[in-house]
Amino acid sequence: MPEPIIRIDNIVKRYGPLTVLDGLSMEVMPGEKLALIGPSGSGKTTILRILMTLETISDGFVQVDGDQLYHMKKAGSLVPADERHLHKMREKIGMVFQHFNLFPHKCVLDNVTLAPMLTKGVPRAAAEKRAMELLDMVGLADKAKSMPAQLSGGQKQRVAIARALALSPKIMLFDEVTSALDPELVEEVLNVMRKLAAETDMTMLLVTHEMGFAHDFADRVLFFDRGKIVEAGRPEDIFRHPKQERTQTFLRKIIAAGHRV
Amino acid sequence: MIDWSGYIGLIFEGAWVTVQLTLMGSALAVVVAFAAGLGRISRFMAVRALATTYIEFFRGTSIFVQLFWVYFVLPFAGITLTPLQVGVLALGLNVGAYGAEVVRGAVKAIGREQREACIALNLSRYQAMRHIILPQALPLMLPTFGNNAIELLKGTAVVSLISLTDMTFQAQVVRAQTGSTLIPFATILVLYFVMAWLISLGMRWLERRVTRGLDGVRA
Repeated sequence: MPEPIIRIDNIVKRYGPLTVLDGLSMEVMPGEKLALIGPSGSGKTTILRILMTLETISDGFVQVDGDQLYHMKKAGSLVPADERHLHKMREKIGMVFQHFNLFPHKCVLDNVTLAPMLTKGVPRAAAEKRAMELLDMVGLADKAKSMPAQLSGGQKQRVAIARALALSPKIMLFDEVTSALDPELVEEVLNVMRKLAAETDMTMLLVTHEMGFAHDFADRVLFFDRGKIVEAGRPEDIFRHPKQERTQTFLRKIIAAGHRV
Repeated sequence: MIDWSGYIGLIFEGAWVTVQLTLMGSALAVVVAFAAGLGRISRFMAVRALATTYIEFFRGTSIFVQLFWVYFVLPFAGITLTPLQVGVLALGLNVGAYGAEVVRGAVKAIGREQREACIALNLSRYQAMRHIILPQALPLMLPTFGNNAIELLKGTAVVSLISLTDMTFQAQVVRAQTGSTLIPFATILVLYFVMAWLISLGMRWLERRVTRGLDGVRA
């Protein structure tokens, strides 16, 4: 039995008086495709943001690829991680955002090459060669010299995926990556993710409201509500035969809102 | 009949001093504006405190008093500067304090999403600032920087008080010698206006340059 690549142990996340995650634990196996579903405010996006070190945790431990994320060993004891430790840990993780967050002042190619050149010292020629391969994979090789403002939402998101992949992370986090897109642009982004799942053994965590996609894509689905995992299991079990009442209610609402399962 | 050519020549000499003061003062102002503006958002408390003290002090006291301090009080501390150096220093530090707030505001205006993308791509704080935040913040600073530069140009007139022979000083000399008020002051009025107008043109050109490719990103 291989070791989990992510081990979240009893973490607590508070924003002031509001407790978003209250003693949450979960594990993710290497190569696993995990879908996190649930109503908004249930803490699923917070999990991704904690893994990307965009948030701090109030309590608990997060282990990624064998090392503590928010702690490091110093003189035999665990102390809060410093910037250098976080820098080392972030190499393992990539993230794609709901609103793409492309750099508007840089062309598509520069968006993709910037991080490898700056953080890994990859020479420009090699970074551009790799970037072109990735842009080709997401079907945007012809847009390399375009500025982000000239692209559609779906194209922007595909560039953002290529940009995150350029650092070759072991773990990819997708935070509602199709929620900001016009309906007719959703499929092109989902297709890229299907391709990615089929061609790589990357571990992928996906927060989504696209239940149909989660069903086809994920090895395992976690249903979140109020900072807790209410139900976890294979997609066919969660979507076809949910055991918990809260899961059933949530799925009914989603279907009523016109989402395909 | 007064021979005006010599007197106008005098005013032009003063105009050159004004130009020098404006250019060097602005250069100093930009440097301290970035240093203090970024200092104010530093994660080190001591740096923030230092930057805030500088900004509040130079915004909160008059340029006139600052100028006299640099010219008359610093020599007691063993620092003697030429009048031109004094003028550049006082004007640069004064306008730089206003510029610092412009830098801070513009950097803050580049949203959380861009910063988070930088973290997700593992850029260091310095790399994020240098490659992502500042290039986007700069176009936001330029219009106000243009205002500040024009303010600085007009502020140069106070240096005549420490016997620096700038344009205003020379106009007063000409007025004293010829008894004419209209001609010297009409001349410097036009000259100040032309200089300010050139600054506006220059800033507009700069703005167009740095916003190139950002079309459609911001309104």
